[in-house]
Amino acid sequence: MKLNKYASTLSLLAGLAAAPALAETTELTMYYPISVGGPLTQVVDGMVDEFEAANPDVNVTAIYAGNYDDTRVKALAAINAGEAVQTSVMFSIDMLELQSRGVIRPFNDFVKTEEDQQWLDSFYPALMENGQLDGQTYGIPFQRSTIVMFYNKDAFREAGLDPEKAPTTWAEMADVASKLVKKNGSGETERWGLMVPSTGYPYWMFGAFAKQQGETLMNQAGTEVNFNSPKMVEALQYWRDLGDKYQVMPTGTIEWGTLRQEFLEQNTAMMWHTTGNLTAVMQQASFDVGVAQLPGNVEPGSPTGGGNFYLMNSGSEAEQEAAFRLVKFMTAPERSAQWSIATGYVGISEAAYATADLQDYAKQVPQALVARDQLSVATAELATYDAGRVRRVLDDAIQSTLTGQASAEEALNTAQSQAERLLRRANRG
Amino acid sequence: MPNTLLNSMRSSNFAFAWMLLLPAMVLLSCFTYFPAFSAFYNSLFATDFSGARHFALQDNLLDLYYDPVFWRALTNNLWYALITVPASMILALVMALWVNEKFLGRSLLRLSFFLPTMLPMVAAANIWMFFYSPNIGLFNRVLAVFGIQGANWLGDPSTALWATMLLAIWKEAGFFMIFYLAALQAIPSELNDAARLEAPGYFYRLRRFILPLLGPTTLFVFINAVIHAFKVVDHLFILTKGGPNNASTLLLYYIYETAFAFFDAGYAAILTMVLLLLLGLCSAIQFALSHKRVHYR
Amino acid sequence: MSMLTAIPNTASASGANTALSIMRLSNITAAWILGFLWVLPLLYMLWAAFHTGSDAIYFDLSAPWSLDNFRHAWEMAPFVRYLFNTFAMVTLLLSLQITVCTLAAFALARVEFRGRQWVFAFVLLQMMVMPEALITENYQMVARFNAIDTYWGIALPYVASAFGIFLLRQAFMQVPQELEDAARVEGLSRLGVLLKVYVPLAKPTYLAYALVSLSHHWNNFLWPLVITNTTDSRPITVGLALFGSPEVGVDWGVLSAGTLIAIAPLLAMFLLFQRQFMQSFMNAGLK
Repeated sequence: MKLNKYASTLSLLAGLAAAPALAETTELTMYYPISVGGPLTQVVDGMVDEFEAANPDVNVTAIYAGNYDDTRVKALAAINAGEAVQTSVMFSIDMLELQSRGVIRPFNDFVKTEEDQQWLDSFYPALMENGQLDGQTYGIPFQRSTIVMFYNKDAFREAGLDPEKAPTTWAEMADVASKLVKKNGSGETERWGLMVPSTGYPYWMFGAFAKQQGETLMNQAGTEVNFNSPKMVEALQYWRDLGDKYQVMPTGTIEWGTLRQEFLEQNTAMMWHTTGNLTAVMQQASFDVGVAQLPGNVEPGSPTGGGNFYLMNSGSEAEQEAAFRLVKFMTAPERSAQWSIATGYVGISEAAYATADLQDYAKQVPQALVARDQLSVATAELATYDAGRVRRVLDDAIQSTLTGQASAEEALNTAQSQAERLLRRANRG
Repeated sequence: MPNTLLNSMRSSNFAFAWMLLLPAMVLLSCFTYFPAFSAFYNSLFATDFSGARHFALQDNLLDLYYDPVFWRALTNNLWYALITVPASMILALVMALWVNEKFLGRSLLRLSFFLPTMLPMVAAANIWMFFYSPNIGLFNRVLAVFGIQGANWLGDPSTALWATMLLAIWKEAGFFMIFYLAALQAIPSELNDAARLEAPGYFYRLRRFILPLLGPTTLFVFINAVIHAFKVVDHLFILTKGGPNNASTLLLYYIYETAFAFFDAGYAAILTMVLLLLLGLCSAIQFALSHKRVHYR
Repeated sequence: MSMLTAIPNTASASGANTALSIMRLSNITAAWILGFLWVLPLLYMLWAAFHTGSDAIYFDLSAPWSLDNFRHAWEMAPFVRYLFNTFAMVTLLLSLQITVCTLAAFALARVEFRGRQWVFAFVLLQMMVMPEALITENYQMVARFNAIDTYWGIALPYVASAFGIFLLRQAFMQVPQELEDAARVEGLSRLGVLLKVYVPLAKPTYLAYALVSLSHHWNNFLWPLVITNTTDSRPITVGLALFGSPEVGVDWGVLSAGTLIAIAPLLAMFLLFQRQFMQSFMNAGLK
């Protein structure tokens, strides 16, 4: 009896002590662009739950808001409407625009300990290119990708090609692709050699061709673009030639969203796509899938892509501090490994690839290491001021060339002058 | 409530009327008149880098003039209206004439025509996405059976706009059919019988008798169809996002992009003014036409 | 006035009769072909929803049926929440619309006051300057009311519906003045007359308007897309669009299943109350 009473007094005291802590639960809202597909939701939810378990004073609401563009629009709209959004996963390349609008703040503000600093320095440098400005870090890599080439090894065998040797140069790729084209009796193409998507993110794919020409699409500060140099015209011409001249790819634009299905249905023997598709492709393919780094011309390479964590200028200082902890948690090696296995996105640090989980996985699915290996030749993705419009101008030029409305040179000249006009305006403002 | 107050209200029709109208008027002001005015006002001015506003109608019009995407959206939209309006109206009339007859399964047929109307445009677009896909789409598979090489419907600038139009016609024809059907059923049967005695030939009767009676309905449907051609852009979000290279973009979609993807509210206001002017033109035409009709009577 | 019925009493020759019935037959056939084409997309979707993406593409009629797509779709998006949001928003909107439009329509139909024509013309303007054209400005307005991402935010621009005011005004004007006078003699106030005499007599118009408004707003997309941010208020149309466009592409069987889940409630309602729905659209158009 006595003991009991004692215990209940204790628990009452404990309750009193805990009460203020409970009242001070920090509410975090985070927007993210990951498709809430069954298993993937569980991964994100699981990660958030783990964080909440480790930080009982924080409550996280994660909101799925569509693709990258939708997420940016919605997160900013929510902030404009006076709601607190402390952190979001958004396009890595939106940093300049977000920073110039004053809606994000650097992670450095919260880096206090040695350990914090180590965390900040732990990511692959290639993934930090789109996330730093004036020595400050605004974007922490989370679901990051490069473009890789998926290919159908069975089709390679059928065409008498070595399935372990994916093409490594442009010339070779056109040649291999033409061998992979399969026509039916009446001369219609049953299987194309290659598909490079040209809706959704055409500028991203073009960034790969550009890097393979040894050039970048913009300067580091994001104030100038390089769309119409001779090398760029040549790159776009090659892309168009894949359809027109070599006839290994359908002419017109190729839909980003349905391309995976086309590949899985063996309507194309090779495709360029985000490594974020890897797990889905490996699981669903009824044939032997190969994954390779993109071929090169002057040099090999691909832009990085995907989403970074940002800290938003929204909510109280305490909430932002909690958001900082959340980001740190979500980007720790174990979580990054878990996320990479579930999706195919690149592990963001060397430590992630050193985890037992990812090492085991890579033994079973060696394809998972291709994107990481490609990081050594990766470049920043097109990122400028007024980014939405500048991207759009380049997208239009690419599509008008691929659909035969304009020559590569005309289209890129137009894009260059339009982008210059936009950037002049942005620089003045 | 004090009786005197009620009484004075009763005595004054004016006060009573405005009391009834108040909620509607406040809401209309907030969400129609004021926004329209603010779009107009914003299109007259520009904000410079120091944040000061100054009169800049000329600059704004020049922006518009030198914006190829605007001209693309405008011509696209005019073509879109020019094709979808007559096509869905004619189909609607034919459907209505058919299902106004008595035959077995008539209500099932009526239902088939009307069903697409009840779908959200987004859902309809999801379905049609299947059909249009170049290699795995149903359209091209069916065409292949006949030995025809299909096109990349949504990926080719010469067909993308047409593909969006076809979906719109499919979606809207049944909707307009209902109005024609209502008008046909409103024709008194005695009048029908009399016409039949006078002119046994069906097409003659259709031309001389039925169609003139459908005049007011046709005007109503026409105006509605034109409005729809300018205000329904939902399918673009799913099918083409206005591409490729803006080949299928429409005015309202461009306004959406400008305001919500590029965050340029000022330019969106100018574009909104263009849309409002076009809609104003429509209502002027409606007014003129309905006026003329009254004269003929 | 029939396209299909022959006219036996005037056409006595049997040859003419045969020609007419052939014409009638081909006419009916054409009607059925078009009707079939019209539902074909829906039937295909229905079929695809129960088959794997690969079978759906190859249109393999012998492929096995399965509910897997529904399970996947169901896991991928909170459809119940989306549908609930749509339902709640439409209910809120409809009750506000009916209240506001009834009051305004009554004033415009049965209260004599100076400038009535002008007010009416002013109201009708909204039929042309519809809320869709003003998304940018209306967004800023709703932001001022702090109603972004709420049911109110979706509903408010549509509450004072010119179409509703117009329809109800027509209906009220057809009520005989004597009825109002008699009710007044019995001591009813003017508002009492509105509630006890006019509203009951305009019931068919209310039904027509309600069903038309319901199907319009249930299916509305652009404005809710702009004004909602989260699952708290996101209606089914916007949810469906998000569901259909994830970053890395979607399986067609699953997309069909999701689409079917999204449209099922309204479609079921429509199929059950077909006659009322179509009659309502007809009535709304006739006025």
